[in-house]
Amino acid sequence: MEKQEGRDLAAARIDDPWHDALASGWDERDGAVAASVPAQQRAGEDERLSPSEIYLEVHRSAAFQEVRRRYRRFVVPASLAFFAWYLAYVITAVGAPGLMARPVAGAVNVAMIAGLAQFLTTFLLTWAYARHARLRRDRAALELRWVVFEQNQQNQNGRRTGQAGTVRQDDAQRSTRETNK
Amino acid sequence: MIVGQDHQTLALLLFSAFVAATLAITTWVSRNRHGSAEEFYTGGRLFSPMENGFAIAGDYMSAASFLGISGLIALFGYDGMLYSVGFLVAWLVVLLLVAELVRNCGKFTLADVVAARMSERPVRIAAGTSSVTVSVLYLVAQMVGAGSLVALLLGGTSGAARDWTVIGVGALMVVYVSLGGMRATTWIQIVKAVLLMAGTITLTVLVLLRFHGDINLLLNSAAEHSGHGREFLAPGLKYGGDWTARLDFISLGLALVLGTAGLPHILSRFYTVPTARAARRSVIWSIGLIGGFYLMTIVLGFGAAAVVGTEQVKASNPAGNTAVALLAYDLGGGAGSTGGTVLFAVVAAVAFATILAVVAGITLASSASVAHDLYASLRRRHAKQRSEVAVARVAAVGIGAVAIALGLLARDLNVAFLVGLAFAVAASANLPVLLYSLFWRNFTTRGAVWSVYGGLVPALILVLVSPVVSGSPESLFPDVDFQFFPLQNPGLLSIPLGFLAGWLGTVTSQEAPDEAKHAEAEVRALTGAGAV
Repeated sequence: MEKQEGRDLAAARIDDPWHDALASGWDERDGAVAASVPAQQRAGEDERLSPSEIYLEVHRSAAFQEVRRRYRRFVVPASLAFFAWYLAYVITAVGAPGLMARPVAGAVNVAMIAGLAQFLTTFLLTWAYARHARLRRDRAALELRWVVFEQNQQNQNGRRTGQAGTVRQDDAQRSTRETNK
Repeated sequence: MIVGQDHQTLALLLFSAFVAATLAITTWVSRNRHGSAEEFYTGGRLFSPMENGFAIAGDYMSAASFLGISGLIALFGYDGMLYSVGFLVAWLVVLLLVAELVRNCGKFTLADVVAARMSERPVRIAAGTSSVTVSVLYLVAQMVGAGSLVALLLGGTSGAARDWTVIGVGALMVVYVSLGGMRATTWIQIVKAVLLMAGTITLTVLVLLRFHGDINLLLNSAAEHSGHGREFLAPGLKYGGDWTARLDFISLGLALVLGTAGLPHILSRFYTVPTARAARRSVIWSIGLIGGFYLMTIVLGFGAAAVVGTEQVKASNPAGNTAVALLAYDLGGGAGSTGGTVLFAVVAAVAFATILAVVAGITLASSASVAHDLYASLRRRHAKQRSEVAVARVAAVGIGAVAIALGLLARDLNVAFLVGLAFAVAASANLPVLLYSLFWRNFTTRGAVWSVYGGLVPALILVLVSPVVSGSPESLFPDVDFQFFPLQNPGLLSIPLGFLAGWLGTVTSQEAPDEAKHAEAEVRALTGAGAV
């Protein structure tokens, strides 16, 4: 499991095509969040924490609250909106077929337009969600994943690791990844 | 139906080639496996988003969509198109609310996600039971479909031909799943998705060429050849009439859009990729593929009405299942032509491949539920991993046998209804518990158990007392009458009941919310920390 973890993180950092785009900082909003992960700084100061304490700590951190807020702020209204739009479409189709049969252009009527609009909104919302998640959430979520991982690691090693320890870990993960290949 | 010997031979040859190729894949990928649960259930979690996206699409686009939806459009025009919309929009629920969080929280099954925050045993038994129920319903639908398909496409209308098809499909899927596990199943689905897309694109292009790319002309001649005129292009032909039919359609629409996110074989596909981000990208791939596919089924449906004519489609098969095959025959050049023969055979072979791939995916997911959830919590609570895989293999064989038996028994049941029922049960029993445990802070064990049974039991009972089972000439037992629920699809009532039961169970339970467990679940869900 440890191996898996290390490979995932390393892979996500190095191989991920989005990583470069994010790292080059063409979206500053996200960079701002990544810089303000307080739990990471706190990590060095804390004595060894039990796994559930680590999760509680991260859960309370402003960085995590921000990630969660961003996720919910997008997902809750978007879900309600598409669900309402779909229900309205189905109910109109069975409840007001006359309105749906009204011709628009040639053989194309309101019903056709509405059906194709459902397809279109699905594609658009998919694109919007992917963009939102990539630009506003992924980076900060990955940072937090690192925080939890490193604190757990410290726990297991039973020693306090500083910056050097982090670098060593990074190398270890890279070699794990290579052996896994 | 106008089928010559040469069609059958060619179709059988193409289909045998597909089976041979997939068996080769199964042997190839199982040659150096280490028999761990991780390998068996998830293929080592190393599929790329694109591969997994194709596999999801291959898992989801069943024969009911390929043949059924275009057939419904050919018969009822616009009302058939409502299915296409529902099947696609459902993916937004999966993308926005489920895929990433489930990837981060779970290990192999739906129950893993719920059990992470709850007392494990009752939750696993409940979620495992409902997953197996949904899978078996869906599986029976596919088996029945396979049986009638062979009769329709190869002209072998005898009962024996159908029975042997069901047995053959069941035996093949058991071989794929128990020998190859998730890795082989995934590759079969990828191959099938590519074949299906290629076949559909070819037919769509041919239809559009026939009408010189003029959609207006296509729609007009579809309306003209349907015998319904302009009504064909507007809603109401199938689901108009009395309010029972209309409510039934709303119920079906709800079940379609909410059921997908609760289908066990779809949920288990998110564990085959390494990260939540990869799960998201797989869903985006699959939305692209599925959306494109359903757009093309609309063209094919109207094309079949325009080229073949609704009357002829209905004469070949009252449910419209042969519309695409007839269309392919006509587009290839009509009676006796080589082009017609080849295209017809391709459609038949793709349809068989579709059933095999979908059936393998469901069998794998349900054997995971049996071994990982039910067996592990009912028998030895800390079974070794290796023994769990052995149980899963046996479970795959057992589920295959059950599906064959039920498939033979239910062979006269309407396939579309069975699929709708599976979606309704998934939406009532699986989705509430999944959403509550992902998003509700105070959700408790009792709430989880209540919401599963509170959706599952009403859904099944409502079907039992619906016109599907008794009280009408088309029902399963036409001679008796114990019907008192008028709708064929229980979703309209059972989905709210599932949510209500979960809420009720939670507010009445004494269990104090565990802050640490909730924090862990949320952090894991949103960041992927600690995910396997």
